[in-house]
This record gives sequence, structure tokens and C-alpha cells, in this order.
Amino acid sequence: MENKLEPIVKTLQDQFKATYEEFRGEVHVFITTEQIIEALTFLRDKYEFELLSALTAVDYWPQTSPRFHVIYQLSSLAKNVTVQLRVPVNGDQPRVPTATRVYEVANWRERELMDMFGIEAEGHPDPRRLLLPDDMEGHPLRKDFPLGYEEPQFTFNFEEIDLRKPYAKE
Amino acid sequence: MGVEQKLGNMGIVTAKLEDVVNWSRTNAMWPMLFGLACCAIEMMSAQAAHYDMSRFGMELMRASPRQSDLMIVAGRLSRKMAPVLRRLYDQMPEPKWVIAMGDCASCGGVFNNYALVQGVDEIVPVDVFVAGCPPRPEALIHGVMTLYEKVKGEKFKDLAVK
Repeated sequence: MENKLEPIVKTLQDQFKATYEEFRGEVHVFITTEQIIEALTFLRDKYEFELLSALTAVDYWPQTSPRFHVIYQLSSLAKNVTVQLRVPVNGDQPRVPTATRVYEVANWRERELMDMFGIEAEGHPDPRRLLLPDDMEGHPLRKDFPLGYEEPQFTFNFEEIDLRKPYAKE
Repeated sequence: MGVEQKLGNMGIVTAKLEDVVNWSRTNAMWPMLFGLACCAIEMMSAQAAHYDMSRFGMELMRASPRQSDLMIVAGRLSRKMAPVLRRLYDQMPEPKWVIAMGDCASCGGVFNNYALVQGVDEIVPVDVFVAGCPPRPEALIHGVMTLYEKVKGEKFKDLAVK
């Protein structure tokens, strides 16, 4: 672990009973859903993490509890250090509290999270769709979302697919 | 050397109206800018000095659908862009034609997924499909030539049904 990061992770462990994993010098600190806003505020105010450079998620399906990790990547431009917070979330009704009150930039990132993973950001000021078309069903970045959209058309199944393909009228 | 000098004092040429109209349509076809992805780069180079599509009366790309007769859909079309494409197509005045340029526009190409339309013929009626990923400028020009052949064979009575 980086020298600059050590006291930060230490404090997080003491204050929030956080655990951490390290992989090739990159540190993932695990925080619970209840404490994430507090932890983000703490890091922003005490350790100058003024930038939320990424807010995304990972789906560990078919594992269900926790199924998702919501990831908050924080950067400190003043101290040149980054830290990653992870919030494990269960598969049924996944939700996290909104981080928009701590970082304004979380607004669109959380809308993307709701779109692509179906993880609700509770208390989000503007929970509209961001990326997907309005009539889209499902959440494409979930691992159980079907990969292919349409069967490829070859010579042997050309006519069968041709019949059901929704061609445009004039 | 204009046609009047060649023909001398005769002054009269007879032809079928249909042929003359179709001929005039082919040689001044104004395509609409619809570059969606990397195919647009090939489309640009087809118009630039090396391949020079203006030899066929197509040097003028219009940014407005109201001034164009041909839509070259160059690139992959996302589901969210699809209503926009249809709207622009509806705004083009008749008669109008569509070229689906490249594999993505023709059938989805390598992107068989939720985000992209699997062939723009689901959205607008396509006249010519140009294969390739992306098609070289020659291929696009060949596609345009193929469209010209199609237009030259069009009948008034078929167009009136539109």
C-alpha cells in the first residue's frame, strides 16, 4: 500500500469498521450501505478527496448476497492519492443512498447506475433515465441480461428470420 | 461545346419524359449528411479529391433534410438515435432514396446487442446496401452507381403510389 494511503485506510477501519482488500497496490475499502454517505463526507472534508472520479458497480451474479458492489473512486488532487470505496449490495431490491449531497457529480453517475444496473439511488433529486431509450426493459450491464439481441441471418435461416424481421414501411 | 452547337439548328430532341426526369434526378443527387460512425470517414474521403464523388454530381452534402434526396446512413444506428433518423427521413421531400452504408447500417454488423438497431431497414426503407466494414470509397461510389441504375428504371406510376 502507498504510504499516503495507509493512515487513511487506518482511520476508515477505526471509524467505520471497514475492511479492505489489496491487489497490486490498489486498495478497495469495504463500507456498509448505512455508512457510505458518512464515509464519503468524512473523506471529502478531512482528507481533501475533492473529486469523485468514478461511481459505478460490478455484478457478481449468480452470487446473490452480496450480488453487486457499488464502487466509489475518490481522488485527491491536492495529495495525489486515490482510494476506492466499495459498498456490497444484495440482489433483491438493490439500493444505495444518493451521494449527490456530498458530490454534485454523482447525479448523472447514479442515473447511469439506475439505468444500467437497476441499483436505486435513494433520494436522488432527478431520477430520470440517462442513457437508455425510454421504452427499454431490463438493465443491460447485469450479468443475467441476455447477450445477443437477434439471431444472425445466414443462408439456412434467411427466410425464417426475414419473415419476422420488422421492416420499415414507407 | 454545348449541346446546341453539336445539334446545329435542329433544336429538337425526342425522348421519353420518364427517361429525362430519371436522368436528371440521378446526375444531381444531393445526399444528406448522416455520418454516425467510422463509415463517415470513408464517406468523406469518397467526396474528397482522391475519389471525387462530384464527378457524379454529388459534391454537395446537405446538412438539412429538406434540401436532400438521398440519405447515406453511414455507421451504426443506436436505438436512441433511431427516432431521429426516421424523423429526418420523413422531413426529406419526395422522391427520396436511402443507402445503408457498411455492415452496421445494413444488418447490425459486429454489434449484435441491445443498444443498436439490427439494420436500418427496420427504421427506413433502404434502396441499396453497401457491404464492408467500413466500405472503401470505391464501394460507396459503386453503391451510388447501383442506385442510379435503379432510379433510371423507375416508373412514374410506381412513384405515385408512394
